[in-house]
Amino acid sequence: MTLTPVLTKRFGTDQPWKIDNYERLDGYTGLRRALAMAPDEVISIVKDSSLRGRGGAGFPTGMKWQFIPQSKPGETPKPHYVVVNADEGEPGTCRDLPLMMNDPHSMIEGIIIACFAVRAQHAFVYIRGEAIHAIRRVTGAVREAYAKGYLGKDVLGSGLDFDITVHGGAGAYICGEETALLDSLEGKRGQPRLKPPFPATNGLYDAPTVVNNVGTLASVPYIILGGAAWYKELGPEGSPGTSIYSLSGRVKNPGQYEAPMGTTLRELLELAGGMSRGKPLKFWTPGGSSTPLFTQDHLDVPLDFDAVAKAGSMNGTSAVMIFDEGDSVVRAVLKWTQFYEHESCGKCTPCREGNYWTAQILERILHGHGTEADLDTLLDTCDNILGRSFCALGDGAVSPIASSIKYFRDDYLALIPGGASVPPALAGATV
Amino acid sequence: MTLPDNFRTRLVQLDRPGDPTVFGEGVRADAAELVSRYPAGQSRSALLPMLHLVQSAQGYVSPDGIAFCADVLDITRAQVAAVATFYTMYKRQPTGEYLVSVCTNTLCGLLGGDDIYASLSEALGVGMNETTDDGKITLEHAECLAACDYAPVVTVNYEFFDNQTTASAGALVDQLRAGERPLPSRGAPLCSFKQIERQIAGFFDEQTLAADANGSGVPTEAGVKLALERGDTAPSYAAASTPARKPDTQDNGTN
Repeated sequence: MTLTPVLTKRFGTDQPWKIDNYERLDGYTGLRRALAMAPDEVISIVKDSSLRGRGGAGFPTGMKWQFIPQSKPGETPKPHYVVVNADEGEPGTCRDLPLMMNDPHSMIEGIIIACFAVRAQHAFVYIRGEAIHAIRRVTGAVREAYAKGYLGKDVLGSGLDFDITVHGGAGAYICGEETALLDSLEGKRGQPRLKPPFPATNGLYDAPTVVNNVGTLASVPYIILGGAAWYKELGPEGSPGTSIYSLSGRVKNPGQYEAPMGTTLRELLELAGGMSRGKPLKFWTPGGSSTPLFTQDHLDVPLDFDAVAKAGSMNGTSAVMIFDEGDSVVRAVLKWTQFYEHESCGKCTPCREGNYWTAQILERILHGHGTEADLDTLLDTCDNILGRSFCALGDGAVSPIASSIKYFRDDYLALIPGGASVPPALAGATV
Repeated sequence: MTLPDNFRTRLVQLDRPGDPTVFGEGVRADAAELVSRYPAGQSRSALLPMLHLVQSAQGYVSPDGIAFCADVLDITRAQVAAVATFYTMYKRQPTGEYLVSVCTNTLCGLLGGDDIYASLSEALGVGMNETTDDGKITLEHAECLAACDYAPVVTVNYEFFDNQTTASAGALVDQLRAGERPLPSRGAPLCSFKQIERQIAGFFDEQTLAADANGSGVPTEAGVKLALERGDTAPSYAAASTPARKPDTQDNGTN
């Protein structure tokens, strides 16, 4: 098991966010190479690399770029846009902010290459408003890139203009959903749009738009430099490249560990010094709170898109939150559910009402007022949210509930008067 | 004294027609600058930054602020109010000099965030979104702040204080109330809520941008440091680059 820093390779070097330091470490060489190609050639390389979006859904990036309709000769071209989803807010996910803090130029370089490939001139980086440190860092880096001629008019003599606007959000998890993000960027409430039409044809200002995650775009310069074959070989079949695993919770050395896609939690825990307080692992998320929980039994599941899906969860944002035997799974699930209840945008009934009810039922159970029938009500409510909500927020919200009842039903029963089968202290609340 | 935080008081507050003229020429010029950052004809894109700008002037989104945004962008007050009430960062009541946010999402919460919030609430005598009588501190519990590897975290005007305990967070608010500005764990030195809202709106001087000298902490670099110790590296793309670009040697396995 080997660590393979690609995206994080500049972390810990001398002020890697400064453009001079970035250039010294191959910075902007991928852009120079891309500008010497035809835009479609760039798209082919990204497509051949099989790069899958790092924002959670894992959609093939090259395909997304290829979906942007290109005007035929003689047609008046419609503007195209590139929008960066830097609204990092999925519980457990803490990967894009460090990437922007330490290596903002790799993302910026990726943005410019993406603009070139899809024939866009203007890109927007939508950074969550609370992340003012990252907004400052990216703003500073964008100014440096303008000063050096990587942005602005006639970039590197290509005859092409590229502009980046940094846009701060205002606190809404739902804006991580790409169409809600677009509405928010248009100055509206961040509520998802009905798809189709997809952003590729009707995105920002109803124009063809690519929406990519920070890590996805930061991967692009390396793919241009190393080629599709090199990138593919970094990870297993179907999930190429490296993944920045964000380890947090009851682990000795939490943090960002970049390793090939398909690394297991057992391997990651070994890298991170093991559990932090000597108690055994109890439950964990492979990719944020919207991905069904895993347990001890999943220590050897390769953490890549396909293997995690096969094991009943989702790779998501590779946000690995780790909890031990001293943590109450019911309390954890209640808190996640309250999060989804708060962040539900209110547009669709299953999510708005469903999360309102599941949070109340969970609270009742946690405080010892539940009944066994509540578990059935919870699962029934989950059934009415999953697949019936307008966007993935609702689907994600039921993941912790359904998976925890599947693996830890006894913990719930222990909190129900008359149903105890494990010691309540272990199952339950310190609240 | 704080108003009860309920739907009715909020609704009444926004019902009052505001006066856009309370904002001076400077704020108006800033608003025009924000509009100029978006493509022609898309001025409404400036609304979110403009609401931050309003908070930088008044410390919250007032009916006047709503009227101001509507006036500049030529949309209705109802359209602005609908947006202002959707997002958590827009405050509906005057905010203190420091907004103290305690992450109580699951991970931070279980690692101590819940206890930290409870102890601060008790020590300050305020609940969610309430402000101390001296106008210094507004307290809130926040959802995941994307710093889970530094859990549990507290932010002051969105600057991070990492790996907090009830004791360290208590000392932090004591210092703030005593007029001190302790240095955040990462990021830039503290400023006031209004000043940080100006930054979030997108206005920076070069000094502010240069101030984030210590952007990285131990967890951020944990993986690369370990890779260095172990001598782990990724296969070099430089070595791969030349052959990979020749069509005849390219891996065309998927074609």
